[in-house]
Amino acid sequence: MAKAMEIEVNGKHYAVSYPADTPLLDVLRDELSLTGTKYGCGEGQCGACTVLIGGAPKRSCQIPVSAAVAKPVTTIEGLEKEAKLHPVQQAFLDAGAFQCAFCTSGMLMSSVGLLQKNANPKREEIVQSLQGNICRCGTHPRIIEAVQHAAKMMQERGR
Amino acid sequence: MSTMKERFAPEPERYEFSAAPMHQFELARRDFFKVLGAGIAVFVVAKEALPAQETAAGSRSFHNEELPKEITSWLHVGEDGVVTGFTGKAEMGQNIRTSISQTIADELRVPFESVRLVLADTTLTPFDAGTFGSRTTPTMTPQFRRVAEAARNLLIGVAAKEWNVAPEGLVAADAKVTDPTSKRSLSYAELARGKTLAQNLPAEDPITPASEWKIAGKPLPKVDGRAFVTGRHQYTSDIRLDGMLYGKVLRPPSFGATLTSYDDTAAKAMTGVTVVRDGDFIAVAAPSAHEAQKALDAIHTQWKEVPQVPSKEIFSHLKKNAEPSSNERFRRQKGSLEEGLAAAAHRIDATYNVAYIAHAPLEPRAAVAQWTDGKLAVWTGTQRPFANRDELASVFHIPESNVRVIVPDTGAAYGGKHTSDAAIEAARLARATGKPVKVVWTREEEFTWAYFRPAGVIEVSSGVTGDGKLTAWEFHNYHSGMSGIETPYDVANQLTQYHQVPLVLRSGSYRGLAATANHFARETHMDALARVAKMDSLEFRLKNLSDVRMRAVLEAAAKSCGWPRKKTQEGQGFGLACGAEKGSYVATCAEVAVDRASGSVRVVRVVEAFECGAIVNPDGLRNQVVGAIIQGLGGALFEAVEFENGHIKNPHFSAYRVPRFRDVPEIEAVLLDRKDLPSAGAGETPIMTIAPAVGNALFDATGIRLNNLPLVPNGLRAA
Repeated sequence: MAKAMEIEVNGKHYAVSYPADTPLLDVLRDELSLTGTKYGCGEGQCGACTVLIGGAPKRSCQIPVSAAVAKPVTTIEGLEKEAKLHPVQQAFLDAGAFQCAFCTSGMLMSSVGLLQKNANPKREEIVQSLQGNICRCGTHPRIIEAVQHAAKMMQERGR
Repeated sequence: MSTMKERFAPEPERYEFSAAPMHQFELARRDFFKVLGAGIAVFVVAKEALPAQETAAGSRSFHNEELPKEITSWLHVGEDGVVTGFTGKAEMGQNIRTSISQTIADELRVPFESVRLVLADTTLTPFDAGTFGSRTTPTMTPQFRRVAEAARNLLIGVAAKEWNVAPEGLVAADAKVTDPTSKRSLSYAELARGKTLAQNLPAEDPITPASEWKIAGKPLPKVDGRAFVTGRHQYTSDIRLDGMLYGKVLRPPSFGATLTSYDDTAAKAMTGVTVVRDGDFIAVAAPSAHEAQKALDAIHTQWKEVPQVPSKEIFSHLKKNAEPSSNERFRRQKGSLEEGLAAAAHRIDATYNVAYIAHAPLEPRAAVAQWTDGKLAVWTGTQRPFANRDELASVFHIPESNVRVIVPDTGAAYGGKHTSDAAIEAARLARATGKPVKVVWTREEEFTWAYFRPAGVIEVSSGVTGDGKLTAWEFHNYHSGMSGIETPYDVANQLTQYHQVPLVLRSGSYRGLAATANHFARETHMDALARVAKMDSLEFRLKNLSDVRMRAVLEAAAKSCGWPRKKTQEGQGFGLACGAEKGSYVATCAEVAVDRASGSVRVVRVVEAFECGAIVNPDGLRNQVVGAIIQGLGGALFEAVEFENGHIKNPHFSAYRVPRFRDVPEIEAVLLDRKDLPSAGAGETPIMTIAPAVGNALFDATGIRLNNLPLVPNGLRAA
């Protein structure tokens, strides 16, 4: 049965009515038209659907919408502020760290989650954090480079 | 070599879906300007389609004529100065939107930012057989250079007329035409204003040599990059139309199963749900994906399943079921194998097996279909929009002119998105419901009901003299295909043959086609021969290789990886491989580390030298080369589709392992820019040599010769 809930996404509050076990991913994409978050496997294996819930990267295909109530959700659409890209977005752009770019949203959200927790990650820590995100085009070296570059930019800006 | 090409070239690669014929192009010139606005337009027409008297330079009046049917690309300069190129090719991450835009900007002398591309839309773009075979760069960049050059000359002509001067003295640069004598200038926008000038010209070689390129040849960033990092780009699966429903298709439990009982009463009773059963097509449409899934689950079916070949027995099955191979097209012989083997000091016979693998593009197959007044529009991620259009027209018994297929820039394909499955499914549901319908395949559907890179068995017999000259080469490929089957080495006595086998699983193109399998077998075998001849494997290859471009990539890779490398620790190994296909050349050097106690295998470093003629965009090319290496590591090390009785046993990323961050070695791509050679495609060839380079490195590390792909799905534990 559909259940009325309120969720907060990218700073906005939305009243949604869905069965409580509906994946957050479906609500984001189909109800809120936030299609930057992608479906890649529906099994939490590829990371394309990664969003931040309470600041931590989570697979939105595995999180029921009811579990996102009362915690702020950030999607790829929430990273850019006043037409200024988040440093991680800028770093991906600068490094050309995408090809088909279908994995990019998930890569960005996992990276933002990492850098919020660890401002100066070692290479191995980046690899560890992104191990659950699949890029089939093989852009991994540039993605690592972009995360390192973003870490530098964010430190320089004193964020 | 040329004999080989002549004999093999006319036969299309068996697993490259065949191209559709040319089709009527419906847009008349007047309609064209109505759609795009006034301006200057230039069309490239296949040479044989132009009247004999018409030459490239001939500026011909074009009034009230239909556009020729054989147009392959065109360009429009609008009254606002915006330049738009049109081609039926699709963007799937290979970065052609950027490289073609660079070419146009370069030749037309306009800023890169003022160029737009309309790609892969069967109503707006000219017919194209499809985006495959690494054909975009070699065909489209010269064509766009030609149209851009002709458009530039038309603009100069308009200015000359305006000023009443000779066109020869005028200069085109920075999107304007200038008269150096009078210092007058007019922008392209001003020159295009109010005009409906058009010109046809034949497709010929580019005029500006790569050494004079100014915008092409530069590492420009991906067009629309910002749309991708902000999530704003709309892939097919992101499209939402007003009133759109979500479709789901009921799949049989196994390949070849037939329906024996069916009950959709419960599904039909659900609010907002439409169930369609049309022959063996069973599907539902509902207002949400969730409701569609519930409705699908409520349909009760029973099936009769049939016994089928399991993956465990696939290689012996392929060998046993080869079709009688009298077909001359698949066979090439030269010299005498007996004499060659008799002259050999060492002989090696070996069999190589290559498993089925899946493309697994991160965006699964998807389509959105909408019917309006009997006309069908479909958005779908496909490599063959025009073939999809024709298939839709045929399936729904409507004229092709009533079908429009549009391909949004797609979440990759790697050869795996030739078919129109999702498009047909969405269109059938849309017709039944009278509403737009979106169908997005699940990952499991993608792993099961798409198609695979075919498995293959390759048998090689060879002979070599005591001092390392090849004397005999016999090569039989069963099932996997003919791409890259021909040896690039100098061997006087050889027999090469491809043996067709009836399909076991639905099979099709995969990045590089069979060249990956053929290079794996050949280059592994070459390494084994070097060992018996007691030669360094680089030296052995060079001794048997006269192709200068191949020698150049081998030497470049060897130099960058420091070949020959001395092993400094236990379990370390180095391997080489090289190859050429589709006009480009590759050589790979791999370093591995094996821990025999735990069985862990790690590819530590890969150096790959690649040469594809004049480089159009070194940044995009580097992404393609590094990407091919990483993607190729999956098929090299651990990817394999497992199946039994028509069931795919590992249709999930949790069970079908693809390369992830931890699998990625240090990679160095050495790009050789041959400005004196035409640009070849680069999407496929860089994937061919990673598997044999890694396999040869594993032999170097352990003394174990691995002849099957994947090489080490379960690691390499000490026996």
